[in-house]
This record gives sequence, structure tokens and C-alpha cells, in this order.
Amino acid sequence: MVDIVDIINVGLFAGALRMATPLVYASLGGIFSERVGIINIGLEGMMLTGAFSGVLATFGTGNPWIGILVSIIVGGLLGLLHGLLTVKFAGNQIVSGTGINIFALGFTAYMSQIVWGSRGASPNVQDLGTVPIPLLKDLPVVGEILGNQTPLVYIALVVVVLSYIVLSKTSFGLRIKAVGEHPAAADTAGINVYKTKYLGVIISGMLAGLGGAFLSLDHLSLFALGMSGGRGFIALAAMILGGWTPFGALGASLLFGFTEALQMRLQSIGALPSQIILTVPYIVTIVVLAGFVRRRIPPSDYKPYLKD
Amino acid sequence: MASAVEMRGITKTFPGVVANDKVNFILEKGEVHGLLGENGAGKTVLMSILYGLYRSDKGQIFVDGKKVKIDSPSVAIKLGIGMVHQNFMLVPSLTVAENIVLGREPKKHHFWFDTNKAVSDVQALCDRYGLEVDPKAKVHSLPVGVQQRVEVLKALFRGAEILILDEPTAVLTPQEVYGLFRAIRALKQQGKSVIFISHKLKEVCAICDRITVLKRGKVVGTVDKNETKPDELAKMMVGREILSTFEKVHPAPGNIVLQVEGLRALNDRKLLALKDVAFEVHEFEILGVAGVEGNGQTELVEVLTGIRKLETGKISLNGKPIANLSAHERIEKGLSNVPEDRQKKGLILDFSVSENLILGRHDKPPFAKSWFRLNLERISDFAERLIREYSIKTPNRGTIVRNLSGGTQQRVVVAREFSGEPEFIIASQPTRGLDVGATEYVRRKLLEMRGKGSAVLLISADLDEILALSDRIAVIYEGRIVAVRERSKTSEFELGLLMAGGKND
Amino acid sequence: MTEEVKMSQKIRQLLVEIWSKLLTLLQGAKPQIIAILGAFLVGTIVLFASGHSPIEAYGAMLAGAFGDIYGIGQTFTQATPIIFTALAFLFAFKSGLFNIGAEGQLLIGGFTAALVGTSFNGLPVFIHLPLALLAGAAGGALWGFIPAVLKAKLGAHEVITTMMLSYVALYLTSYMVNYPLKAPGWVPQTVLITSSAELPRILPPTQLSASFILALIIAGITIYVLQRTTIGYEVRAIGLNPAAAESSGINIKRGLIFALVVSGAIAGLGGAGEVLGVHRRYIDGFSPGYGWDGLAVALIGGLNPLGSVLAAILFGALRSGGMSMNRATGVPLDIIFVLQALVVLFVAAPRLIRYLLKKGGFKW
Repeated sequence: MVDIVDIINVGLFAGALRMATPLVYASLGGIFSERVGIINIGLEGMMLTGAFSGVLATFGTGNPWIGILVSIIVGGLLGLLHGLLTVKFAGNQIVSGTGINIFALGFTAYMSQIVWGSRGASPNVQDLGTVPIPLLKDLPVVGEILGNQTPLVYIALVVVVLSYIVLSKTSFGLRIKAVGEHPAAADTAGINVYKTKYLGVIISGMLAGLGGAFLSLDHLSLFALGMSGGRGFIALAAMILGGWTPFGALGASLLFGFTEALQMRLQSIGALPSQIILTVPYIVTIVVLAGFVRRRIPPSDYKPYLKD
Repeated sequence: MASAVEMRGITKTFPGVVANDKVNFILEKGEVHGLLGENGAGKTVLMSILYGLYRSDKGQIFVDGKKVKIDSPSVAIKLGIGMVHQNFMLVPSLTVAENIVLGREPKKHHFWFDTNKAVSDVQALCDRYGLEVDPKAKVHSLPVGVQQRVEVLKALFRGAEILILDEPTAVLTPQEVYGLFRAIRALKQQGKSVIFISHKLKEVCAICDRITVLKRGKVVGTVDKNETKPDELAKMMVGREILSTFEKVHPAPGNIVLQVEGLRALNDRKLLALKDVAFEVHEFEILGVAGVEGNGQTELVEVLTGIRKLETGKISLNGKPIANLSAHERIEKGLSNVPEDRQKKGLILDFSVSENLILGRHDKPPFAKSWFRLNLERISDFAERLIREYSIKTPNRGTIVRNLSGGTQQRVVVAREFSGEPEFIIASQPTRGLDVGATEYVRRKLLEMRGKGSAVLLISADLDEILALSDRIAVIYEGRIVAVRERSKTSEFELGLLMAGGKND
Repeated sequence: MTEEVKMSQKIRQLLVEIWSKLLTLLQGAKPQIIAILGAFLVGTIVLFASGHSPIEAYGAMLAGAFGDIYGIGQTFTQATPIIFTALAFLFAFKSGLFNIGAEGQLLIGGFTAALVGTSFNGLPVFIHLPLALLAGAAGGALWGFIPAVLKAKLGAHEVITTMMLSYVALYLTSYMVNYPLKAPGWVPQTVLITSSAELPRILPPTQLSASFILALIIAGITIYVLQRTTIGYEVRAIGLNPAAAESSGINIKRGLIFALVVSGAIAGLGGAGEVLGVHRRYIDGFSPGYGWDGLAVALIGGLNPLGSVLAAILFGALRSGGMSMNRATGVPLDIIFVLQALVVLFVAAPRLIRYLLKKGGFKW
């Protein structure tokens, strides 16, 4: 007999925060890209490649923090690629993003075999450890959720606040909005539209890579084939649901994180076959999109900006 | 004393067209200089080169006597050149202050955007030049005339001594134009030099000190305002006399074809765009609807064609109610529509000429057999016939419409909509963006259709066009029909007043 | 003139038409061909960098794909489902929709076909087989209908909904053959379909089935529908300029739903073809990502049914050649996905190719 308390308890919410973390990073990445007018469908691939390179670097150096740094750099590079294809070469944004996704899947599987001889998973690497926060962790309820998480979870919350500040309070944020919504206006105001777009999409890739690093270095300590599992797409849904704002994306990511944590709970107690439960986050995404998208208007003009 | 700006021997080509051909242009300090020409004469291109948006192929530019290379708008801005474009370069979701300071934002500690300083700087600017705007208002909530003021302030904020105004009156009522002219005179008094790009003769003559006329990329001449008249300028622009009146020999208006009562409809922002609109259009008649764009015309057309739902009201065509019919069914019943933006709504640019000629009629005989198969033979015959009848200048019927000129594209739309001898025609801004030749053609065709018995609803922001073609004129203001007059019993002044919400007592 | 002479004249005319269409296609396919070459070039670098000989690898691929009857059979067998998913992506794309859930639609279609294939005994072939195929198409159509309605009525972006449904399909079908419909034994699969639902093999001793012929027929029907029917005209109009289409009375919602439903049906049919022709049962994980390949193939094929068929054969060759390459040289199979992705990336930005050519000194 399964008691409801076994399912719905504080641990569930702590788990929800953890599962939300990669979505937070990726959806923030999505926001930066879309705000400069570039749809980034390739978040999934950037996440996966970030996860892989993080493990590879940690494997090579024994230091997971270097792994995280490498993830960020690799994500940024893929963001730059997406930017080059869509900005400099005026390519189709969705095709480019999809290409990056296919590339990530194939390349990480290929390299996985080359480096570790295994297509499925890499060996374990050094993990990051938890970071108990002295006074916080002793508080009831809140303490268990927030007081004893791994580093990248806390960093995620910090990044949300930073993103909000950058987008709403700095002149860089103002320019991002201008470039995305009306590139011609930004151009005639003397802003370098191309540079701003590149910056936006590189930041996007960096954040996605960081999200991937969470999956492979923080949540688990290895790389597994296709481990991003569609989170890059769920992150896009979170971004839309959150109205293209950092705090909105945080809220939406928490919602999706909650469903995923719930799914894992249900699976661990064997209440339903795993496959059925695995569908839950995806169905929730569809339902949410169906219910909320109509009221949301994307902020940007997604056409490539072509000058003389 | 050096001129403010001198452009020497400017040549610029785009694929297939020479936009500027060895153009010489001089702007003296403190003058208002008009740049006059038809659409496509090269005025905007020339000024875009001055503003750094384009680079000329040949030629030199001198500002205040010094030779300069203007690679980008930021260079132009540094030289004191500011430009107010036809299509506003304003970011809708940002405030007036944010838009004005964009690109040189006041900052605290290098990163933070200093909103308060932005607002106070903008306020100071407003006071200095007597241009009233609310710095904290979001641009998308402002009327067009005010948005234009923001554009001017933007240029002044950057220290513009030379202001380029590109077709500034295109979106203004006669009364707003008066306000703009007052502002230009004030700027002139403060020592600024202004370049006034326009194709409107009367305005150019009213405000400019000197006028340069461009035709097909070449300078025809530069004249002093006192030494010329609108008719002469027109001849310079076009090279021949323009007919501004049309023959009016036709049967008197007959039965009512379209009747509209108590129309209410919402716009995309869920605000009431049409408020109890009522009018009728007779056969053998053109009813012109005059009004500044944005007063409900677009929504009116959408409601009549069936794309927008009505909240309340009745529409009947030949006595039969059509408000519940789909757009498709209304076309079947004899309603045809020349939409206001031919490239966005009237044509599928990547379809061929023949495919565009059957748009909307493609699923009925003779173009379709057995409900889903297209009758390609009939379609080609039809296309060939229309290409001949309407003199559509295209290499062949399979050419993609994107490659045709604006005037030719409009002929395709006109051919499609008029060839079925429709009972009721809606024509929205039908000559916008067309050169004089194409404009005359479209207007002649509208008169022809009226002569054949069609009821025509002409919606245009061009008052001259309304006055030239209409039998009766209705004025729309803020979603209401505020007046309906016989053509012979009204004047441009009265209409202008009504268009701006005034009353003529 | 006798009937036979008239018939052979017609066939000759048809062949000439197809040949000339192929030639014009290849002419216009310069960017795609260069994209493929470019991808192979970058692939060479990757192989080198990971310590493998490109010559050996590519050579083994080529030999594997076309060297013997087994290779050729495998090439076309692998190509077949990709033709379906490419056509599925293409058809939706013509209406402006991005259907990236062809994988899920394929799985559902395969499953529903297997259901019908295993449920009936004693039905004649000419009823059972079409019924099973229809079931496959219907299953895929349903999987296309859901995102279609969500998009048309609620504006939900189909890129995300089709993707999500793909995952749902994956887990749903996996559940089905792991529990309720599982055949006795260890493997998560259904029982064999009854012989009356089988698609015949057309190239013994290989696995190549009549599904390939079906794929070609569907390609032909796609061309016909898009170019010669009113609904195809509307679909294209909606994709190119929805505002103008709406202005002229075309029902946008209906067109979008039609496009996505047909798209799903085509992908579903592809799944049915695999189940009824190749495997003769539904096996968990029978699709190694045919849905994704379809997308790449449609793009490489220039978003054109004929081009998609050719590009699908290329990808089929990559897969079948890749498998033998892996056996012969030990190079990981995934290099072919890297190659595919590179082609997609090159094709994504045609200006990139012009730029590279200019750098290399060639005139475009």
C-alpha cells in the first residue's frame, strides 16, 4: 500500500527544484536568443554537447569545475555557429537549429565511442558535491528544499536574477530588445545589430551548455547517449509560458521540474509502468502550450536583417 | 561660407536599376530644401546615402566644406546629420525616452540604464524646441503624428544640424501638416538646415526655399521657390502634363448594391474600431471614404470581405444579407477586393502570374473540374487573355510575380478582381506606391468599372484621389462615418477638417 | 495502332518526362550537391582527427551500399521509410508548418498497422493488406491531427507539440509491446502478422519489400496533389503568404489541419510499410531515427518530392554502407549522423556555400 505522503512530501519539491535547473538555464538561453530575434531550436543540441564536453573535460582533468567551464565555452561556440548560419548567411533559423540537434546527437555518440569505447555511457567522473548553506538548511521545509542543493542549482537562481537585471536595467538589455523587435530602428540609432545578435545567441548557447553541464556533472556524474532527453524543447515551452521573461521562465521551469520529479517518484514506487510515467512531462508540456500560448505574443521580429 | 552639405556626382546602382545617376545636390545652411520626384525617382536612395545606410558606387560628399566618407548612420550622426524615415524607426514596446536615447543611453556606473536622466534629458529637449511628447509613454500607444515628433526629437537629441525628412506628411491630416510646417520653421530659426523629401507639389512649394527635382535617378534641375509654380514642377517631375481631372460621363447612380447598417467591430487589440458605421453604395457610383490611415478603414474592409467578425450590424449585397457568409462565399456572390497592401494581402509573391490570377476563384469551374482537380488548360487560356487585355508586362504567364514591378503587380490584382465584372468592388489605397503612369491606369480602370455598372467603395488616404474619382464622399474618423457629402458640394478644406475630427459649421 | 504499341509509346513518353525532370532537378541542385561534398569534406577531417582513415571508411561505405545484392537491397530498404518521412515533412512544410514529429507518427502508424495485421485471421489478402495499410495511415494521421488542431485553434507552435508527441509515441508504443501486446519471449515485440497482411518482398534474398514501390507511388501522388489539385494550391498559398490566402477566401485553419494530417498519414504509412514489409511484426525501437533522417532528406532534396526520393536513396546508402563500414573497419556508425547533420547545416544557409566558393576562388 502506497501512502500519499510517500509521494507528496518536501523531498518532492526539492527534487522539483533540481529537475527544473537544466530547464532554467536552457529557457534563459532561449530568452536571450529570441530577444535578439533568433529562434533557437538548437537548445537541445547545445545542451547535449555541453553535457558531453563537460564530462570529457572532467575526465581529462579530474576537475568538474573545469568541466563546467568547457561546457559553457562549447555551448557558446555552437551558439556562434547558429548565429553565423542565421545572421551572416541568412539561413533558416529552424533548419539551422535542427541541424545542430542532429549534429549533437551523432557527434556525441561518435566521440563517446572513440574516447570511451562505449556508445551508451561514459564512465563516472568526479562530481561536484552538495553545498549545504549553514543557517538555511536547518529551517523546516524551506531548509530541505533550498538548504542543501548542489552548486549549479544555486547558480541557476543567481543567473535568473542576473538575467533580469541585464535585460531590464542595463542599456545592453535595452539594445537587445530594440535589435530583436525592430532591427532597422536599432541600426539607424547607430547600434551594431549584427554584433548584438551574435552576443545574444552566444549567451544563449553558453546558458544551454551550462544546463547540459548540470545534467552530466551535477545531477549525474557521467554522459549518457541522448541524455538531454528533449529538455531543450521543454525549455522552449517554459520560455513561451513564462512570457519571455527570466522570472516567468523560472516559474514555468519549476512547473515542469515538478512534473518530472513526480514522474520519477511514481516510477520508483512502481505505481505504473515506467513508459507511461515517462510520457507525463511531455504531455504536460503540450497541455500547457495548448492552454497558454494563445495569449502570448513573441516579442521579436525573426526575419534575417539584411542591409545593402 | 561653405554649404551645409554638398553631394557631387553620386551614382548608385541596384541590380537592374540605376537609382542615382551622377547626382549633384547642395544644401545651404539654414535653408529648407525640397527634394521632389515621383516614387522610384531616387530621392530616398540619395538621402540614404547621405545618412550612411547605403554606400554610393561613385561620387563624393562634403559636409561643411570638408570631404567625408559616410559608412554608417553613426558616422552621419557624428557629422550632425539626422534622418526621419517614412517608416518610423521606433521600437513599439519601449518608451519615448528609451527610443530617443537608444544608442547613446545615459548610464550609471557603466552598466545601469539611467532612466531618470533619460526622461529629464528628453523633457529638456521638448521644452527647447517646443515639441510636446510624454517621455514615459510607450510608443505603440501614441498616434502617428506624435510618433513623428518623437522621430524628430531623436534626430535633435543626437545633435543634428541637418535634418532629412522623408515623406513626412504621408501619414498626417492637413491640420497636422500645418503643425509640422510650424515646427520646421522653428527649426530653421534655430539655424538648422532641412531636406524635405516629397512627391507632393503643393507642400513642397509651401515650405521649401529651394527645390531640386529628380527624375529616374537624374537631377532635372534646382529652382528657387519664388521662380516656379506647381505646374512647372510637375512637368519637371514627369516630363509631361499630368491629367488631374477625369472625364465624368456615365449613367447616374442606380440601385443600392451594398448596404451597411450599425456596424460594430473590434480591432486586434480588442478595442472598438468601428462604431455604428452605416452607408450604402449604388451601382454606377464610386463612394470614396476619406480618412487618415488608422481610423478604422482596415477593419471596415476586413468586415466587408469577411475576414473579421462583426460584433453587431448588417451587411447586405443586392438586398441579401451576407454578414454570415464566409470570405469565400462573398467572392462567389460578386464581391471583389483590391487590398491595401498588394504584396502582403493581394498577391502571393512566389506564385506565378497565372496562379495569382485565379487566387480566390481557383476551386470553382472553369478553373477546377470535379471539386479538387485544377483545370490547367483553362487556367493558362484565362491567364493569356488577361495578360493581353490588361497589358500585364511579364515575360510569360509562368513568371514569379515577385520579379515584376509594383505597377505591373497591381495590374495583376486589378485584372483578377475586375475581369469577372463584379457587382461590388472595394479598392483600398489602390495607387499607393505606384508611379504616375500606373496610378493613372488604376484610376482609369476604376472609372471604367463604374461605367459598366459596378458599385465601387474607394478607400484612400490620398485626398486628391478621393476628390478626383468619387461621386459621393464619406469621411471616417475614429471608427465613425462623420459625414457623407456629394462631391460637388464639398471642398478639400472641409474634408481635411472632418478627417481630423473637426466640424465645419 | 494496336493497344500494345500505344501503351509502350505512353510509357516511353513518361520515362522521357521523368528523365528530363531529373536533369533539371540536378541542374538546380548545385547547392545541395556542394553541401553534400562539403559535409563529406568536414567528415574527412573528423575521421582523421579521431584516428581513422577516411579513404578506408568511405570506401567501405561505398562497397557496403552498392557492392552486392545484399548491399543494394539494404540501401533501398533503408531508404524507403526515409522517403515517407521526408515527404511527410515536405508536405507540412509547403503549408508553412514544421512537422518534426514524423518519427512519432511513423511509430504510431507502424503500431496500428501491426494491430490490424495481427488481429485478423482468414481475411483475403486484398482486404487485409489494404486495411492494415489504411490503419497505419490513420494512426499517423491521428498523430498529426492533434498538433494540427492545437495549432489551428489555439496557436500552439507545432515544432514543440510534434516533438513532444514523438516522445509520447515512443513511450506509448514501447509500453504496448512490453506489456499488453507482448509476444511470448524476451523481446519487446508483437506476434507475427498473419500472412494475408504481408507486403511482398520484391528483391529476394534481401529484405526489400513492396513498401519501396508504395513510397514511389506516394511521392507521385504528392506531386500531383500539390501541383494539380485545388487543395494543393491552397496549401501552397497558405505556406507562401497566409495573409493573401486569407484575404482571397481560403480557409487557413482547414488548410493547415489538412496539411499536418496528411503529413502524419504519410509518415504513418511509412511505419506501416516497415512493419508489414520488412519486419512482419512491431518491434520496440525498430526505427533508428527515420523521422529525423526524413527532415534532413527533405531539405537536401530541395523540398521537392523527386529530390527527396534521390536524397533518401543517398541516406539509405549511408546507413547500409555505414553498417558494413562499422563491421569492416570499426569506425563508429554515428559518423553517418554527423555527415547528415553537416549536410543539413550546409543546406540551411545557401549563402554559406556561395561564400565558401568565393573564398575558394570559384564563381557561383
